[in-house]
Amino acid sequence: MNNAGQAYEVVIGLEVHAQLLTKSKMFCACGADFGLPANTQTCPVCLGMPGTLPVINRTAVEMAVRAGLALNCAIRSKNRFARKNYFYPDLPKGYQISQYEAPICENGVVEVAVGDSRKPIRVRRAHLEEDAGKNVHDGDNRAVSLVDLNRAGTPLLEIVTEPDMRSADEVVAYLKMLRDILMYLDVCDGNMEQGSLRCEPNLSLRPVGQQAFGTKVELKNINSFKFVKDAIEYEIKRQTKVLNGGGKIQQETRLWNVDKGVTATMRSKEEAHDYRYFPDPDLVPLDLAQDWIDALRMALPELPEARQKRFVTDYGLPDYDAGVLTTSKALADYFEACVTLHNQPKTVSNWVMGELLRELNNAGCSAASSPVSPERLVSLLQLVDKGTISLKVARDIFPELYASGKSPEQIVQAKGLTQVSDEGALEKVIGEVMAKNPAQVAQYRSGKDTVLGFFVGQVMKASGGKANPGKVNELLKKKLAG
Amino acid sequence: MSLHKLTLRELSDTFGKGEVTAAEIVRAYTLRINQVEPKVKAYISQVKEAAMAQAEALDQKLKGWRRTMPLMGMPLAIKDNICTQGVLTTCASRMLATFVPPYDATAIARLRGQSYLLLGKTNLDEFAMGSSTENSAFGPSRNPWNLGAVPGGSSGGSAAAVAADECVVALGSDTGGSIRQPAACCGVVGLKPTYGRVSRYGLVAFASSLDQIGPITKDVADAAMLLNVIAGHDAWDSTSANLPVPDYTKALKKKDVKKLRIGVPREYFAEGLDPEVEQAVMAAVEELKTLGGEIKDVALPTTDAAVATYYLIATAEASSNLARYDGVKYGLRSKQSHTLLEMYMKTRQEGFGPEVKRRIMLGTYALSAGYYDAYYAKAQAARTLIRRDFEAAFREVDLIVTPVMPTPAFKLGEKSEDPLQMYLSDIYTISVNLAGNPAISIPCGFSKAGLPIGLQLIGRPFEEETVLRGAYAYEQATDWHKKRSAVR
Ligand SMILES: [Zn+2]
Repeated sequence: MNNAGQAYEVVIGLEVHAQLLTKSKMFCACGADFGLPANTQTCPVCLGMPGTLPVINRTAVEMAVRAGLALNCAIRSKNRFARKNYFYPDLPKGYQISQYEAPICENGVVEVAVGDSRKPIRVRRAHLEEDAGKNVHDGDNRAVSLVDLNRAGTPLLEIVTEPDMRSADEVVAYLKMLRDILMYLDVCDGNMEQGSLRCEPNLSLRPVGQQAFGTKVELKNINSFKFVKDAIEYEIKRQTKVLNGGGKIQQETRLWNVDKGVTATMRSKEEAHDYRYFPDPDLVPLDLAQDWIDALRMALPELPEARQKRFVTDYGLPDYDAGVLTTSKALADYFEACVTLHNQPKTVSNWVMGELLRELNNAGCSAASSPVSPERLVSLLQLVDKGTISLKVARDIFPELYASGKSPEQIVQAKGLTQVSDEGALEKVIGEVMAKNPAQVAQYRSGKDTVLGFFVGQVMKASGGKANPGKVNELLKKKLAG
Repeated sequence: MSLHKLTLRELSDTFGKGEVTAAEIVRAYTLRINQVEPKVKAYISQVKEAAMAQAEALDQKLKGWRRTMPLMGMPLAIKDNICTQGVLTTCASRMLATFVPPYDATAIARLRGQSYLLLGKTNLDEFAMGSSTENSAFGPSRNPWNLGAVPGGSSGGSAAAVAADECVVALGSDTGGSIRQPAACCGVVGLKPTYGRVSRYGLVAFASSLDQIGPITKDVADAAMLLNVIAGHDAWDSTSANLPVPDYTKALKKKDVKKLRIGVPREYFAEGLDPEVEQAVMAAVEELKTLGGEIKDVALPTTDAAVATYYLIATAEASSNLARYDGVKYGLRSKQSHTLLEMYMKTRQEGFGPEVKRRIMLGTYALSAGYYDAYYAKAQAARTLIRRDFEAAFREVDLIVTPVMPTPAFKLGEKSEDPLQMYLSDIYTISVNLAGNPAISIPCGFSKAGLPIGLQLIGRPFEEETVLRGAYAYEQATDWHKKRSAVR
């Protein structure tokens, strides 16, 4: 059968693994840092040695609850851990401690902006689990595989949505929103390249108008927003082609191949594991006090959506500005720090969204570690306000301000960029310009006012951009009038 | 004076008074071990030289000062599934034949804190799976009362070592009777504390929700002394109870059971119980009555579900607990393997004995998709019923008295080909693990063939004191515990 021309709707759900920013691992006292020499961040517990036992990291539980509350989840005060059993060299105990029947967070929802409208994405559950280690295959000796267990046992929050997304753009919007929220809460650093935020979309197609879901494919190995979009769009095309050709979609897990830009089968449904989940008898069920949950709810920081609304109402910013400024907590914090020092929100917003963000993006840097501190940016703006330098000069020197680590005053002084407002000096320049352009003087005096702009430009040019434009205007009118 | 014949309390007193040095103690036990160990085979590994070095250092340090802690200088044997830092801990398995843990179990750390002396690690059924110590990769231990009989299991090595005076006291572990049953077989005292009373950290897990470390000793007072040291909350074990620990030796002040209500569950005196055992246990019940106990009938109606429930839950947990032995990190790795899958399969094929494999397969099956509800989930429901049985019974009585084992110790090889018969030798002990209660096994007689018979006293959770009081009163009124095996 050939279904060419049939239109399909894509149905996407997302599993996200967020590594929690705890100091120690999920079930032992080892540190949870990234990038240490292999197996130096291990102990008998996370090595799965005989007789050792796990102890729950209280901070990880707290982070999971805070994330759950921010995602509008119900917090299950009585939740427990389960063992997910499978063999793999990077899994020291032969099982992963996870949560199965009783996850800590359930039934949440977040609203994401899709074009001009907002769409709710339901969060089915968010549960705590431990990460596995890493197998290393590319050593000098190809016959040997090595295992690094530094990461084994670091805490993860797995956040699972309902199949509520209908396009790659919706997935990206949700993922960005989720990442913002987790970063706002300081529970995850959101770094997709390093794997502290991993996403696994599951995706199916159905003919437009059909209620029943199609066969689901899971995608793995996606470590940037770009790849999320690319992989999903590739997979939609692939599945459309299969269906239109009369074929059937196999239920399977597929890996995104970055180099080739395609997905390929990793394992089929038949090869899927039976994980034999059962409650972990080494851990007593958690019983979280409602008071404690309530206190965490009260202490939640302002989340991106609320902050965006506040930026519009409190600072009178356009929606667009408020949206850009609240994309990351660091940027929003930066903006507010500036406004506290210099109460001109729209001016600050222009600078932060313009000059600052351009430099930060070029350097791949976060606002939290910007080499230009809010104090420095504000002192630059104040130089403009006081008339010490022109706006143009301020813009011109910003890259140097960013790169050099010098203060705006130092740069202005060293380069002699101080604005010229002295009437005697300006009158001299004006006199010279008028002498060079007698024809234009005559035009102006015969009533052609528009020539004024020409004179302003010439005077500014002659002063090397340092002349105070307001003063130049005022003096020119006086002189030209004769 | 033969030091090896003393109880812990006597030896500790003697040492405390400075009448004997730690080195003399180790020397006496070395002699005794050299003499009887070839017959009994209680130990998997001995560390007598290290014990002697520690003893000499201790004597040096004390230099005439009196000892301050009850276990100081006391020579112990430890079941070889309890981790001892720097000392081989094999679980009687080829899988861990070379495993030396870099950490102590919490119970061991507490003993070390008192400067105890480790003589060696005792034999067991591989990974504590068995009731005869025949499932050891290093060969069976023998019953000191009759070298042709099994010492029981799985803590058979510890029980045999105590019965043969090859240590003053020992630690065992009890998942379904593994302390009490060998204690009964060997005519010594074995105490399984309440689940959560003693930390499991460093006890190599067989079935995590059932395992518990406990003392195996020559008499009840020694069990109380040893429990004093190892009991208590441990931040490294989330399942350990955060409750105060009483001084258990104070429970031994009363030598009667006046005002104690003692229950006898009729379900434990049904078909399959050897008449000699029944007689001895019923005589013990009479004795407890004479000592002031109020004897009552109690019902534990779910008893007949206990064996099935136990073998589903214990094996399910074991199948997961033993997954870590995969050849990747420590222990055995098969040399015959070329691929990952081959490494897993051959390592586990070569490393585990038949009983361990049997239980891993049973447990894996019970947890599998499509079978979980019918097996594991149902077993958990049955476990709840069993626990409720005990709760109901303990509203009527303060102690429950039963046999420990349906028969006296059986012959070596008699049941090793018939796992079901073997499983039934735990029928009176496993319910207690499923419910979590404390229970003790004490000697209460001998068969005509001269083999010891054990009496089990079960108490409410965390009421080890009542269990010890009942056991002590009975012990003081009888002579069974004074009889020693003839092995020499
Ligand atoms: Zn660790």
